[in-house]
Amino acid sequence: MNFGRLRSVIRKEFIQLVRDRRTLITIITLPIMQLILYGYLSNDVTHIATAVFDESRTPESRTLLNAFVNTTYVDLRYYTTSFDSVRRLIDGGDAKIGIWIPPDYAPRLRSGRTAQVEVIVDASEPTSARTVLGLASEIGQILSTHLLIQQAGRLTGAHPVVLPVDIRARAWYNPTLENVNFLVPGVIAIVLVFVTTFQAVTVIVRERERGTMEQLVVTPITGLELILGKVIPLIVLGYVQITLTLLLASVWFHVPIKGSLVLLYVLLLTFFFSTLGVGAMISTVSKNFQQAAQMSQLILLPSILLSGFVFPRESLPPALQIVGAVFPLTYFIVIIRGILIKGIGLEFLWHQILPMVAIGVAVFAVAINRFQKRID
Amino acid sequence: MGEDAAVRALDLTRAFGAFLAVDHLNFEIPAGTVWGFLGPNGAGKSTTIRMLCGILSPTEGRAEVLGYDVARDHERIKARIGYMSQRFSLNDDLTVAENLAFYAGVYGLSGVEARDRAGEWIARAGLRGRERLLAGALSGGWKQRLALGCAVLHRPRMVFLDEPTSGVDPVSRREFWELIGTFAEDGVTVMVTTHYMDEAEHCDTLAFIFSGRIIAMGAPAEIKRREMLGELLEIVTPRYAEALEVLAALPEVREAALFGRAIHVTVANSQVALPTLREALAGRGVTVDRIAPVPPSLEDVFVSLVERRGGSAGPFPSPGDRP
Repeated sequence: MNFGRLRSVIRKEFIQLVRDRRTLITIITLPIMQLILYGYLSNDVTHIATAVFDESRTPESRTLLNAFVNTTYVDLRYYTTSFDSVRRLIDGGDAKIGIWIPPDYAPRLRSGRTAQVEVIVDASEPTSARTVLGLASEIGQILSTHLLIQQAGRLTGAHPVVLPVDIRARAWYNPTLENVNFLVPGVIAIVLVFVTTFQAVTVIVRERERGTMEQLVVTPITGLELILGKVIPLIVLGYVQITLTLLLASVWFHVPIKGSLVLLYVLLLTFFFSTLGVGAMISTVSKNFQQAAQMSQLILLPSILLSGFVFPRESLPPALQIVGAVFPLTYFIVIIRGILIKGIGLEFLWHQILPMVAIGVAVFAVAINRFQKRID
Repeated sequence: MGEDAAVRALDLTRAFGAFLAVDHLNFEIPAGTVWGFLGPNGAGKSTTIRMLCGILSPTEGRAEVLGYDVARDHERIKARIGYMSQRFSLNDDLTVAENLAFYAGVYGLSGVEARDRAGEWIARAGLRGRERLLAGALSGGWKQRLALGCAVLHRPRMVFLDEPTSGVDPVSRREFWELIGTFAEDGVTVMVTTHYMDEAEHCDTLAFIFSGRIIAMGAPAEIKRREMLGELLEIVTPRYAEALEVLAALPEVREAALFGRAIHVTVANSQVALPTLREALAGRGVTVDRIAPVPPSLEDVFVSLVERRGGSAGPFPSPGDRP
């Protein structure tokens, strides 16, 4: 490898990158747009429109409804006078939750019998439905426990009653269970994988489509020099991008940065190495830009689904877990979530590095091998 | 075989499937000369140049460039030659100076050397004042001179130019050939393909290639003398199609072909044939504006060579025409 030649390719690529304003603007705004979209879309489900049919109308039934309201998930928007209107409101999509408190609710409670309450959830969107269903049974448990303690207190007289088991669940790393904290690091990783892969494909295929490759093949430049010279400026671009998106994530969405940014930036190098390599490989095995773009999508889309960005990898069938293991994104998502949210260090992340380096070496080997300086 | 040959081809052949694009070529290019490679499109010119530049393997035979074998030492050859093609593959989004600096770096010149030589070329090619223009904004002639500069900044001993003047205006073409002339003065060997016959006169040696084979080779004057069997008459007439038919049927006429707006006819002796031709044309009522002997041009020679082989010389642009 000749460093003078490498340097001239790097310089040329930088000039072309800066001069191509439209692409540059797209590359800079894309992550910001994605982040804003995901940041707001991932807002946790709160204040869900709820229709109430309270036939009891007692202090007891009000206590129950207040318990729902206090969770902030529920917004008692409609008070109706029949179960049918509750059904209509849910059918029409005006309400997502219906609560029916029967007339015998308070009498049953007072007499120590089980009082039934019906909570109906529109489960066509399962994520928020699951939250509400969990919430409803939790409220039932808490209220019941409360009442039992009161009753037991009355029965035993002076002695305060103590709960036999007290499970204190703690949500570590993301105590408020905010989706945005989980999603944003993933979004950053996905934007980076898209931009680096596509840009690597673009700069290499462009050389062929513009006919400038024809000139380069008759010069002493080697495939390694040309490909490295083309991807090194993209590493710089990647760092600019992650810096911008991290700033936005932390200032605007208050996503915590708990771990070491230095470690994140160092590990990014292995990630860029592997994703740029994938781009280089795609561009050298495809015949034209269209083919390269299609192949990029063919690789990038499944990599998002299988990386653990949306679905936890543990929940995937074993075969798909194996497929997911060939994508650099799978490892980087663990790294970026680990550093940003959990604040963990290299001792827990080092085993994510090796697979990315291995993928990078493999794809670059294919790219350089496929890069022909001959035309037959 | 001379010791000072820059290029040697021995039965150099390239097949694409069953098609022989280049068919057993044997030639030598003496160092420091301008060697012209002529022939219609698809005759095998570019294929030959690509083999000599080391980007296409010969399927048979071999060739040496500057003493290196094209099949084995292609990367050594690439470092020592300059190559420029008809498409002037410049980076349109880089300026004139940036393009030169890029290729200087690719050929391994140091920063100082690169700057000096780029400055030299800018002066030599008349590009001064255009250093900061984007290459894409240059007109054909300037682009062509910039492309040549990119290909020769590393001072190669051998330069391959594949139709460097196609699509360029006549004035730029003349200036370009003046630049090529300066290479030869510096001892650089130039192999150039063209289908402009007027340009071919600038070459020290010419080779005509047709259907993958060299059908004539030598200095321009020598080729004209040797390959032109007979003398040439030029006939100008408004009814050229009919005239051509009449002339081709005459036993005195060896060859008759359209040449620009005139007809060129090859005969054994122009003085003897002239009255016969005039009579024959008058007999068919074809009015003749002019009929006179003319010295043969390279194009006449080429048409004659090709027709003797039963082929068509194909579309040859007349001097001054733009394709």
